[in-house]
Amino acid sequence: MCGIVGLFLKQKSIESSLGTWLEPMLVGMSERGPDSAGFAIYHDVAPEGSVKLTLQHPESGFDWGTITQGLGTELGGRVALTVRGLHAVVVAKGDEAEARVWIEQNHPSVRITSAGVAIEIYKEKGLPREVAEIYGVRRMAGSHAVGHTRMATESAVTTEHSHPFSTGSDLCLVHNGSLSNHNRLRADLERCGVTFETDNDSEVAAGYLAHRMANGVTLDQALESSLVDLDGFFTFAVGTRDGFAVLRDAVACKPAVLAETDQWVAMASEYRSIAHLPGAHEARIWEPVPATVYTWARN
Amino acid sequence: MKLAYGSPFRRPSTPGHATDGMTTVDLNRVDIRELNQRLHDLPADDLRGEWRVQEPGGGHAIAVGLDAPITIAIEGHVGYYCAGMNQQAEVTVHGHAGPGVAENMMSGIVRVTGSASQSAGASAHGGLLVIEGDASSRCGISLKGGDIVVGGSVGHMSAFMAQAGTLVVCGDAGEGLGDSIYEAELYIRGSVGGLGADCIEKTIGDEQRQRLVGLLEQAGFEANADVFRLYGSARQLYNFDVDHAGAY
Repeated sequence: MCGIVGLFLKQKSIESSLGTWLEPMLVGMSERGPDSAGFAIYHDVAPEGSVKLTLQHPESGFDWGTITQGLGTELGGRVALTVRGLHAVVVAKGDEAEARVWIEQNHPSVRITSAGVAIEIYKEKGLPREVAEIYGVRRMAGSHAVGHTRMATESAVTTEHSHPFSTGSDLCLVHNGSLSNHNRLRADLERCGVTFETDNDSEVAAGYLAHRMANGVTLDQALESSLVDLDGFFTFAVGTRDGFAVLRDAVACKPAVLAETDQWVAMASEYRSIAHLPGAHEARIWEPVPATVYTWARN
Repeated sequence: MKLAYGSPFRRPSTPGHATDGMTTVDLNRVDIRELNQRLHDLPADDLRGEWRVQEPGGGHAIAVGLDAPITIAIEGHVGYYCAGMNQQAEVTVHGHAGPGVAENMMSGIVRVTGSASQSAGASAHGGLLVIEGDASSRCGISLKGGDIVVGGSVGHMSAFMAQAGTLVVCGDAGEGLGDSIYEAELYIRGSVGGLGADCIEKTIGDEQRQRLVGLLEQAGFEANADVFRLYGSARQLYNFDVDHAGAY
């Protein structure tokens, strides 16, 4: 069992409320996932020609200055740094691939949890309330976010096994469910050059979507094909640069509730994580139909 | 957070007020366990009481395990298993219900004015469940004698292995309706996405039509009983074959 949430704000004027509304959504899913929590938030878009990476190091005393200095020298120009818990967000001039290669070669113990221009991903072992506190969720502004609370069933409780998983530039996936063909699929994807950090089934789903999209299909098409290629149970929420998408498998035994008002669209495993949102009482509320892709994006 | 009222030496009472026999409980101030305990402590032959539950906030197991002829109005959306195992009580959810509403109900009436998530009325032995909106997948799964009337449509695998009782759907039914059904009766007004294993269409007899009309009336739906189709068991699966009786 796990809990997943997504919140998408339709108006720029309410972006300062995103974190305040998101935190109780995560905390509301504590009973579904007390082992670890994580969230992807879309905000503070990096300037043109820059890349934003969220990095994570297992030790709290890690000297992030070595990264900013090294990256600055490699890519040229100043590198901005924001440290939150065991994570750090760096914004550097240049392109994602170059930055990735430099970090992987020079600091193999540093993990890249997200890459893009707007996305940041934070995840950690512990109760959702504790994780939200460490990363100061409630003080974060932004346009949209997806989050996950994990109750581990098929692999270990570690930060690496926590969601969201990055699925490409400004993309990420959270998953409630379990896949039964992930070992076969992982091997197939590895043969195509996709790399995985863990034995987690959800990471395979993330790798699958990333691989499909890297080969030129749209997110909607990649999600449609996942209905055929993934065997198992899933409710997915996918964060995109401008919005988010929701998909449940055809059997649909993993719950999901969608709610929409003029101001926001919210998705959660249970209504408990939506009830506190302003206007929730009057929101249009429904259960997403199985095997149907739902997407929202700002124009 | 629990709030204790009055003397610290007596059992904390549920905050609320009783006017004209109506007791109001605000679930922002009282936890669900305490509300349920208070409802369980009512004697089975108690005078008919009226309860109002506010701010359910999608909470789980609200008004579960009741056994008293009381009326409960829940003002908002509820989470899992609301009114599960109900006996005698008349529970109305003024909103949507999460998975397993009225599961294993024995008697009484449970009404949802909105829609219900999966497994509504699962394995209900008796009583009436009315869903004014849609019900999701597996509505009436393993039904054992209860009646379910849905104003809208039901999702896939509804009435899976239903053994007795009635499912009335004023809208459409999803795929796999009545898969491996035993003796339950399924009345569907709209289209059926597909019949499950051993589920077939049957002719509606006078007695059955009367039952359908009665259930629609009880549910308060003005639907023309003549346009419903009845589905039930073809009794062809392994366990219906007398040749297999000796195997046990």
